[in-house]
Amino acid sequence: MSFRDGDAAVILADGRVFRGTSFGAMRDAEGEVVFTTTMTGYQEVATDPSFRGQIVCMTYPLIGNYGVTPMDDQSRRPWISGMIVRNYCEWPSNWRSERTLGQYLAEHDIPAIQGVDTRALTRHIRNLGAMRGVICASVAGRALDTLRQRARTAWSPSDSNVVADVSVVEERVSGQGDLRVVLIDCGVKENVIASLTRRGASVTVVPFDTPFDEIAALNPDGVLTSPGPGDPENAGAALDTVRDMVDSGLPYFGVCLGHQLLGLAIGAHTSKLKFGHRGGNHPVLDRATGRVYITAQNHGYQVDADSVPTGLGWTVSHVSLNDGSVEGLRHDRLPVFSVQYHPEGSPGPMDNEYVFDEFLRVLRRRKSEREGAAI
Amino acid sequence: MSARAKRVLVIGSGPIVIGQAAEFDYAGTQACRALREEGIETILINSNPATIMTDEDVADVVYVEPLTPDVLRRVIMRERPDGLLPTLGGQTALNLAVRLAELGILERYGVRLLGTPLSAIQQAEDRQLFKELLQEIGEPVIESAIVHSIAEARAFAATTALPLIVRPAYTLGGTGGGIARTPEELDEITASGLAASPIHQALVERSLLGWKEIEYEVIRDGVDNAITVCNMENIDPMGVHTGDSIVVAPSQTLSDREYQMLRTSALKIIRALGIEGGCNVQYALDPHSFSYFVIEVNPRVSRSSALASKATGYPIARVAAKIAVGKRLDQIRNTVTEQTTAAFEPALDYCVVKIPRWPFDKFRRADRSLGTQMKATGEVMAIDRSFSAALQKAVRSLETDAHDLLWEDPVWVDPERLEHDVRVASDLRLWALATSLRRGAPDAEIARQSNIDPWFIREIGRIVDMERRLASEPIDDSLLWQAKRMGFSDDQIGALAGVDSAGIRERRYALDITPVYKMVDTCAAEFEAATPYYYSTYDEEDEAAPLEGGKAVVIGSGPIRIGQGIEFDYCSVQAAHALDAAGSHSIMINSNPETVSTDFDTSDRLYFESLDAESVGEILRHEGGGCLHTVPVILQFGGQTAINLAGPLTSRGVPVMGSSVDTIDLAEDRERFEAFLTRIGVPQPPGTAVTTLEGALDAASRLGYPILVRPSYVLGGRAMEVVHSAEYLAQYLASSVDFRTGHPILIDRYLEGKEVEVDAICDGEQVLIPGVMEHIERAGVHSGDSFAVYPGVNLYSSEVERIVEYTTRIALELGVIGLVNIQYVIHSARIYVLEVNPRASRTVPFLSKATGLPIIEIATRAMLGESLRSQGYEPGLWPRQPLVAVKAPVFSMAKLRGVEVNLGPEMKSTGEAMGIDNEFAPAFYKALLASGLAMSARSSILVSLADRDKPESLPMLSHLVRMGCDVYATEGTAQMIQDNGMPVQMVTKRIGRGSPDMLDVILNGVVQGVINTPGPASKEVLDGFQIRRAAVEKGIPCITSIDTAMAVVEAMRLSTGAYSVQPLPSYRNRVSVGY
Repeated sequence: MSFRDGDAAVILADGRVFRGTSFGAMRDAEGEVVFTTTMTGYQEVATDPSFRGQIVCMTYPLIGNYGVTPMDDQSRRPWISGMIVRNYCEWPSNWRSERTLGQYLAEHDIPAIQGVDTRALTRHIRNLGAMRGVICASVAGRALDTLRQRARTAWSPSDSNVVADVSVVEERVSGQGDLRVVLIDCGVKENVIASLTRRGASVTVVPFDTPFDEIAALNPDGVLTSPGPGDPENAGAALDTVRDMVDSGLPYFGVCLGHQLLGLAIGAHTSKLKFGHRGGNHPVLDRATGRVYITAQNHGYQVDADSVPTGLGWTVSHVSLNDGSVEGLRHDRLPVFSVQYHPEGSPGPMDNEYVFDEFLRVLRRRKSEREGAAI
Repeated sequence: MSARAKRVLVIGSGPIVIGQAAEFDYAGTQACRALREEGIETILINSNPATIMTDEDVADVVYVEPLTPDVLRRVIMRERPDGLLPTLGGQTALNLAVRLAELGILERYGVRLLGTPLSAIQQAEDRQLFKELLQEIGEPVIESAIVHSIAEARAFAATTALPLIVRPAYTLGGTGGGIARTPEELDEITASGLAASPIHQALVERSLLGWKEIEYEVIRDGVDNAITVCNMENIDPMGVHTGDSIVVAPSQTLSDREYQMLRTSALKIIRALGIEGGCNVQYALDPHSFSYFVIEVNPRVSRSSALASKATGYPIARVAAKIAVGKRLDQIRNTVTEQTTAAFEPALDYCVVKIPRWPFDKFRRADRSLGTQMKATGEVMAIDRSFSAALQKAVRSLETDAHDLLWEDPVWVDPERLEHDVRVASDLRLWALATSLRRGAPDAEIARQSNIDPWFIREIGRIVDMERRLASEPIDDSLLWQAKRMGFSDDQIGALAGVDSAGIRERRYALDITPVYKMVDTCAAEFEAATPYYYSTYDEEDEAAPLEGGKAVVIGSGPIRIGQGIEFDYCSVQAAHALDAAGSHSIMINSNPETVSTDFDTSDRLYFESLDAESVGEILRHEGGGCLHTVPVILQFGGQTAINLAGPLTSRGVPVMGSSVDTIDLAEDRERFEAFLTRIGVPQPPGTAVTTLEGALDAASRLGYPILVRPSYVLGGRAMEVVHSAEYLAQYLASSVDFRTGHPILIDRYLEGKEVEVDAICDGEQVLIPGVMEHIERAGVHSGDSFAVYPGVNLYSSEVERIVEYTTRIALELGVIGLVNIQYVIHSARIYVLEVNPRASRTVPFLSKATGLPIIEIATRAMLGESLRSQGYEPGLWPRQPLVAVKAPVFSMAKLRGVEVNLGPEMKSTGEAMGIDNEFAPAFYKALLASGLAMSARSSILVSLADRDKPESLPMLSHLVRMGCDVYATEGTAQMIQDNGMPVQMVTKRIGRGSPDMLDVILNGVVQGVINTPGPASKEVLDGFQIRRAAVEKGIPCITSIDTAMAVVEAMRLSTGAYSVQPLPSYRNRVSVGY
């Protein structure tokens, strides 16, 4: 072992090994190795259910600086399989900080590694694609070739219905507003719910596999399908629900995985991106207005643009300025639309919260139309 | 939207002063190039010749003229631009554009203001309007009041608590502002603030001392797309001007909630203002809650935006220029990735640290404490993958006596002095923090005393912890690797471990511990990028494979400081262009984020690195594929910084292009140089080197007073003085010189006379002399602070011939290849050599502009082996141009309390302006206009002269009187004027003991100019000091040399109002006149 190498390592499926030292839990973990370019929000990244099963490389090199606070958790626990950073900070400084990132990850049994040349790792993934890997808190005395073997067959979130892992099991209601939104939880972040309740909605969060008739029975003004992890084709029951929804005429808003499910529901295809879109700086063009929005993104799959059915009223409403991929769908008559990015930020820009306004405006209008008709 | 502009006028920022430096050359140059890409013709005006933007190939039409409304009106009449871009030339250009609009000139000639509308500029700049806007959009503003008088300030103070901050409206670098802790201070600072504000308005507000200061750089286009380029966190909390703060990018202690909260606010503000282009929003953030206040918005590109551009790779000025002519963000290509557009936000995967460079090494008497008035002349930036490494690199880049954080001020043996320097922000605070930690003070205590976030304190603490390990543990391989990763230099490690730094280096090489170079790509490696912009780090993977083919490294000049300004950046950029034109790859190394040289478009490859021997050596070795003997380095253009590398690099076998290290040494080594001049038969003033006080006094009496004294180990005139008596010599040596260092003191006979300066290019066989410049001030005033005139107007042709002959002889005999600068004095009709510098001098850009000769290109080609003849140049003096060009020094004295204004052999100016015309008088007058020294006829002038200057001054005084000036004079001078039958009003020198005293007439605005030449007596020096300070703080011209005064009055007499305004080349293209 060289003087440069720490005890810990990330071993990729293609055999490349990155060395470092351990923080967080002292154990091994398998997952898909991806990177995110967000410069702040490591805690939100850790607790974003869309990262379920992923070993996340933070491209920003100074991580842990402002500690961890329960206030910033985006769900009930962290979901990442592991975290890879250049410099981990053990002396956080922020008025809200309650503990270090390392303590937090250790408590949730998540391994992490620091001292890694994260830029080299990022370039590797950029060139070869996101891949399976193993993060090991200690490789001392272990044969790297065995670990390479394990990395090749490591579990990855695309292998199973990971939505089922992260979704709530029981219904839960938030907010007091008069607009009733049912939120199909495929891995929702707290700020999606908060963004709706702040705007006067009461939100009923239901498990991902809630059938449409049960949702309809809640008599919602509109339905939102949340972001979530993994391959949309693996989302099972959630897809069936969305299919039924589109036909029902209920206002529907799909976010991220919810957007991909809408795509599948209307007959489009989805495919895996080489290394995904993960970060807080992704420019998206709204094709109707020509305006550009900076968005937070976290997805490994996309709706294929050329598979969106033509002649049925569907349009690609938003595209990524970076690679032209589909960032939003909209129907020209039905109150159905979706965005691939994360309007709730957390982490990331708050510029796109206006889409929640738009969604609730639709709900409000229909509600008042209905009430008007009733009189 | 109205028709697209086709001809656009771009206003530069004028001379370099504190608060307005090279960043606007960078911005303006980028803007002109961006507009050219759009097929738009550009007309550029700037009075500063030492800028790349005034090169004739950057804009389509170039004016080097004073930046006044009158000149601008004439430029507009002549060029008829349809657009004006006012937001790229700093506060100077912005104020001028506002003035032109107010005067109706823009409307009359159909010139549209491009980009940010005038209303937005006014709303952002006017404190009251800005406050109202913020309240309207629900953004928090600090309790404050706009005041126009001391009474109004007092009234506001009664409603809130001290301390209060006073910020004058429309000034640069916060001139005249300050923090008032007592009612008395409030009166005093309000008075100076109102005086400094052109609209006599100041903002008095609640002080947020101790809050975090955070900045966002924001860009918006004409269809309301808006992005943030980056944010920055000041390590120094609120209370220190952001230009004087140590800054880190991106923020380090903000959670995503806080980051996005302020980002959202910044976008809201740029939209509410309706800015089309870039702006900068500054915030105060409570370290204990989500509370924040908006401090300030700059509705233009700024020093911060230059820093943000270099920190992220996002070219803000370029994008702002394109937005100004109607492009949307998503229509502008991202030149870094070549794959994406300007509509995105950079993601950094490194940490950037900026440290200001202050002039206190030159101004030892200045008040070093830092507050709301900026005092730094320049800054350095460093990039690395950890904060500690970036910080330590930045410290090395400062090029001060403190090479690293190990430096301690001897006064800190006293713990109280140390604590004071931790508490009170000054240029030394960073070292005081490290010293305190080294002595075991707890982090929390230091954080409390300094109000600096504990995160930064702990980071410095980790550096100190590593120092301890290096000093106490055996340096094993792993420890060495860790220390390098934290940014420790070989010198530092060697010093701590008690071994030679070369040994550390060899050890590293044996272990293959060398830096890798990573790319600044705006996207954290998410996309493949094309940018050739790199920084070093100790990590696994290198991304900068050595450039193939012929190449040479140009060493830049580091931070802007007194004596080493933007001129050398100009030279470095020109050298890179010359290399490219000659078919060689150019590689630039520099540490200054403000400059054109660190624009990644300037060279084929940019390494943003410290300019110390280790950093430069590693790059040369890297580019040489592990060998130091293959890649040549150019040291002639980076000022003293680069020249200082000649020895260390040569000793390691690096090929230095042009003059050899022996040539450099010959010119710098006193004894060798003396012998050399004697051998080649060129006279120099008699002098000697001494190492004791007795020796000095002996030598002085032998040579005869006055004498010129200076320590041998510094250049650029530091601690140099003209001494008239033995008494003063003893005093000077006691206060300025430490004989124990063993460095000799140089004592020369001071020869009073005309000073002449020459720049020359030598190819080894022949010498081309672009021009001979005459100084207005006689020898004794530092050449950098002198007015220089091209061509010499008072020189006999025999003198010029002799100077050309000496210059040729010296250059050839010295073995110069490339540039040499020689200063002469003509004393009693004899010509003596004062100084020879075998490198580019600060007059090169001025002389290039005046003569039209591409001096740097010719010199670079000569260094590459192309003879002058083969380049098409005949040896000897380049034909005299049919014009007169005057270089005026520009000072920033008003910003530096406690600094003596009087000129001497030590350089004090921060910048220069050029006046060019067909004759001397209008050229000189324009130089005065451009440098802020012009006085109008019929003004009131206070004159107080040294006895030795009195006889010479009579013609000047009678001109003043005849022009209708009211002359005020102190006792002796008044007597002399009266005796000569001229009217004069006497004021007393005895301040406070007679009415009016000389301070009264200045401070009450009775006089509009001061001519004060100090005499030798120390009492008089003190009185004079007060009136000179009063004049600069009042913002009126203050002339301290009788030569300058006579020239100024002559120019007033001959030319007021009657000067030409035409494009720079037009002056040269007149029918040639004989020599």
